[in-house]
Amino acid sequence: MVSQAGIDEIRRLAASFPRRESALLPALWVIQREEGYLPEESLRVVARELSMEPSDVTSRASFYTMFALRPRGQYVIQVCQSISCALVGAQQVIDHLRGRLGIEVGETTHDERFTLLTVECLASCGSGPVMQINEDYFEHLTVERVDEILDGLP
Amino acid sequence: MAHPAETLWVYRNQETQNSHELPVYRASGGYQALERALNELAPAAVLEQVKASGLRGRGGAGFPTGLKWSFVPRETSEPRYLICNADESEPGTFKDRYLMERDPHLVLEGIALASYAIGAAAAFIYVRGELAEAARRLEEAIHQAEAAGYLGERMVGTQTSLKVTVYRGAGAYICGEETALLNSLEGRRGHPRLKPPFPATHGLYQCPTVVNNVETLANVPLIVQNGAEWFRSVGTAKSPGTKVFGVSGRVRHRGNYELAMGTPLSTLVYGCAGGMEDGYQIRAIQPGGSSVPFMTPDQIDCPLDFESVSEAGSLLGCGSVIVVDQTMSIVEACLILARFYHHESCGFCVPCREGTNWMLRILERLVAGQGTAADIDLLYEICGSMLNRCFCPLGDAAAMPVQSAIERFRPEWEHVVRHGVDSVKSNVGATLSGH
Repeated sequence: MVSQAGIDEIRRLAASFPRRESALLPALWVIQREEGYLPEESLRVVARELSMEPSDVTSRASFYTMFALRPRGQYVIQVCQSISCALVGAQQVIDHLRGRLGIEVGETTHDERFTLLTVECLASCGSGPVMQINEDYFEHLTVERVDEILDGLP
Repeated sequence: MAHPAETLWVYRNQETQNSHELPVYRASGGYQALERALNELAPAAVLEQVKASGLRGRGGAGFPTGLKWSFVPRETSEPRYLICNADESEPGTFKDRYLMERDPHLVLEGIALASYAIGAAAAFIYVRGELAEAARRLEEAIHQAEAAGYLGERMVGTQTSLKVTVYRGAGAYICGEETALLNSLEGRRGHPRLKPPFPATHGLYQCPTVVNNVETLANVPLIVQNGAEWFRSVGTAKSPGTKVFGVSGRVRHRGNYELAMGTPLSTLVYGCAGGMEDGYQIRAIQPGGSSVPFMTPDQIDCPLDFESVSEAGSLLGCGSVIVVDQTMSIVEACLILARFYHHESCGFCVPCREGTNWMLRILERLVAGQGTAADIDLLYEICGSMLNRCFCPLGDAAAMPVQSAIERFRPEWEHVVRHGVDSVKSNVGATLSGH
């Protein structure tokens, strides 16, 4: 459940925009930062605070790919598969991660540590292949570098 | 190190240490244009200067910036808004990210000047959700600029005020389209709106609004500081100034290079980027991001400005040069692009939703070796059915590259159908290890 501090932040956000509904995306970011995804009861809290219908909040949240409506792993690994990274070996990175983690793209490991996703362009076209782990970028990837990065995670 | 062919204007601080800090920006002459404009120039004078400079939008469409601003009604009681479009998501494009991360004050000064010119007291920077670092840098820079009196209430001691808010997107390519961006900023699904009315009169909350790309706004302080004539001294008559070009693919030095408009593509690819990596040859080039028609290797001397690239049958777009090499078939390249547009189609209009779906399915068949010659014609026909028939430019963006690939590389498509996709690829034996 979203904390009181989270609710207070959402209220501040709602008051900071010319219209309250503009605070929807920022409010959803607050929830996802606190809970890792967007649980239904928290979406109801957002609806209440922004004077919106819960179904509208869910519908709009589902439009944006970065919002997770289901729980994910502690580390969400997103590998860019767009053209610029594909030209320099993104598929080898993806295949290596599938093998190492023993999961397919879109899945989460049993220990709930890793979720593997492919994403479209991360604006690192000059330094690909690239992956994002939670909010951090890792560029110029090689298979060896991917192993180093994963081994180094706390 | 800057390449000798470069003209560093908006990228001049990219390699300066701590360039994102206010004192460093000020040491490079930063915020002088804003101080001068707010104290000495009327808003209309700033607008006229930008109009006279001939600056055109750097986000892809190339629309004249000053003209766009002039559509905002001058006499209105409604609030006016300035939006910085920082939803950089076009595959192959990575220029705005570095402007925001390494020179956020330049972007903010551009926003402040544009807001002053159109009479906006509130501005929003719509930053792509993935670019968390850029959003953080901008927020820090806003705090610094407010504390120093460059933003906020009574800017540089005048009666002008401006509140700048960073707004994080959440993963939707379509939100780079300006009306979809406005819907997203209003807390809705990011569907595009019908135009007209245009944002200049009916934008954010149906109020007069200007939406400008990051790089476009970064040019504004330079124009106000140095004048329209200075700006026009570089580039071509119809595409003045510089452009940040990004090069990706198997070139030796991938990266962003700021060049005078009209610089030949060959200077960018062979000069700045050092040509192809050993063993790789150019198969095709997209000169303006993943949404534009492919060019062929014999067009390598094409000047990079809006007019010349159009004459060559493609589009300058946002200046993101994607070099496809011989280790990837043009059919595979099209499949990768189709996967992107299928994923990013917002599903609002039928030709785009259905068209991108069928394009993906046919391309998957062709790459899997299950396609027929009739599939090539069918794919071409679907592209034709999407062009100019979709609600927003995303449909055209999906269709144009594939249509051009079939037109310009037809024998390769036919070869793929008969002998499989591997038959047209050269293999240099390069692996990721040790790259």
